[in-house]
Amino acid sequence: MSTLTKDQIERRARMGLLARARPERLAMLFPTLPAHEFVRPPEIGAVMVRGRIGAAGGPFNLGEMSVTRCTVRLGDGVVGHAYVQGRDKTHAVRAAAIDALMQRADSSAIEAAILAPLREEEGVRRRARADKAAATKVEFFTMVRGEDA
Amino acid sequence: MYVATKGGERAIEAAHQWLGEMRRGDTEVPELSVAQIREQMTLAVNRVMAEGSLYDPDLAALAIKQARGDLIEAVFLIRAYRTTLPRFAASLPVDTDRMEITRRISATFKDVPGGQILGPTFDYTHRLLDFALMADGNAPRAESREADGSPSPHILALLDRDGLMEPLAATDETPPDLTREPLEMPASRPLRLQALARGDEGFLLSMAYSTQRGYGRTHAFVGELRIGACAVEMDIPELGFAVEIGEIELTECETVNQFNGSKTEPPQFTRGYGLVMGQSERKAISMSLVDRALRWEELGEENTGAPAQDAEFVLYHSDNIQATGFLEHIKLPHYVDFQSELELIRKLRREAGSDDRQEAAE
Repeated sequence: MSTLTKDQIERRARMGLLARARPERLAMLFPTLPAHEFVRPPEIGAVMVRGRIGAAGGPFNLGEMSVTRCTVRLGDGVVGHAYVQGRDKTHAVRAAAIDALMQRADSSAIEAAILAPLREEEGVRRRARADKAAATKVEFFTMVRGEDA
Repeated sequence: MYVATKGGERAIEAAHQWLGEMRRGDTEVPELSVAQIREQMTLAVNRVMAEGSLYDPDLAALAIKQARGDLIEAVFLIRAYRTTLPRFAASLPVDTDRMEITRRISATFKDVPGGQILGPTFDYTHRLLDFALMADGNAPRAESREADGSPSPHILALLDRDGLMEPLAATDETPPDLTREPLEMPASRPLRLQALARGDEGFLLSMAYSTQRGYGRTHAFVGELRIGACAVEMDIPELGFAVEIGEIELTECETVNQFNGSKTEPPQFTRGYGLVMGQSERKAISMSLVDRALRWEELGEENTGAPAQDAEFVLYHSDNIQATGFLEHIKLPHYVDFQSELELIRKLRREAGSDDRQEAAE
């Protein structure tokens, strides 16, 4: 992973963000797809999720998850890929189109209109979960007993 | 022996129509939506995903609705569906150290980095029916407190650092997959864990309980139980690097068990491991106890003949879909098999000179 270029690191981060996005929200932020053709039309399949024995040992197969993948080519020939959790084909098509659009020079509008809000909302969701968890953290206190009290 | 018989089509169709009507129930009562099941019957959804071995909350909720709440039937529907999906690839092993934690407790240490986080648990409830739930009420709201962002490292890693834990070897061997090759004995630990992860919760609970009651005792402590969301990463062949393809909820249990040592090695605690899709701590704890019991040979322990030590017994009976398939098939027509049994018993009775009531039976 250390050998990735800056572009690859950014692409990796946004593909993850798009995969984790809620399909309805992505549709709201990105209602109109650019002209495209399918290199690989959206396809629903499964990915075998692996775990590690004892969290850190050798791998084992835990079970599958549903995943939809898609590859698009825009009019100018730029290709975008998507692998997204679930079975929503429009989610995969939108994610692939955004992956392609972000490779163009004029990517800042997409970043501002779609990726930034997704990132912000995900941050809010994660913080809300962490804050609820924090409220259930046990604060032990010790009752002092005996002569030394 | 099976012989095709005809004549049941009309009856079967009518039976299925009635099933549909019964599924819907009283039409005066509003129909349940799949989204309602997904959001409000989440632990049932989690169980169907874990035992169906497919993480997809919408499909699990649909299966529960279609199965009228019969969870094994719902698991059956999910298992049937998953066979229709092409397998894209396998993920990288999930990194549960980076889990976004909703619950994390240890029964072995009170003060642990990251703290004890109870999360949305039934523990400490009084198990009294809450009649307020029978009335429409306002949605309850959870309390919040600003999280300090401190990491929650695996607790057993702390013991590991002191050399008190059995070490783990982080290999990257491709694990065996029982959905691709038949489950054969002897089963390696990765194969056993795959079978246990999709095994029936009730069966694993009973097996684990039997070890606690003395049938293959392993002296287990829950070193750590954690529940939360975990990123799933996969190598994307088109790109040549891995990206996150989603996030799944997992329950992980690590047990600390009694020692193993030898003339050359000092005693060390041993491990049992459980990892289950969704929030399912009863199953994760059960899995880790059964995993540990099955390791008797590798750890040089005595085989006491306990059921939980018998990998063949455990693994060949843990799958509720195989079990229910074979069990329930005996209710289907076996007219010809039974005819031969009837003939045999009549012959035996004739030979024994007690065929006088044969006429009456016919």
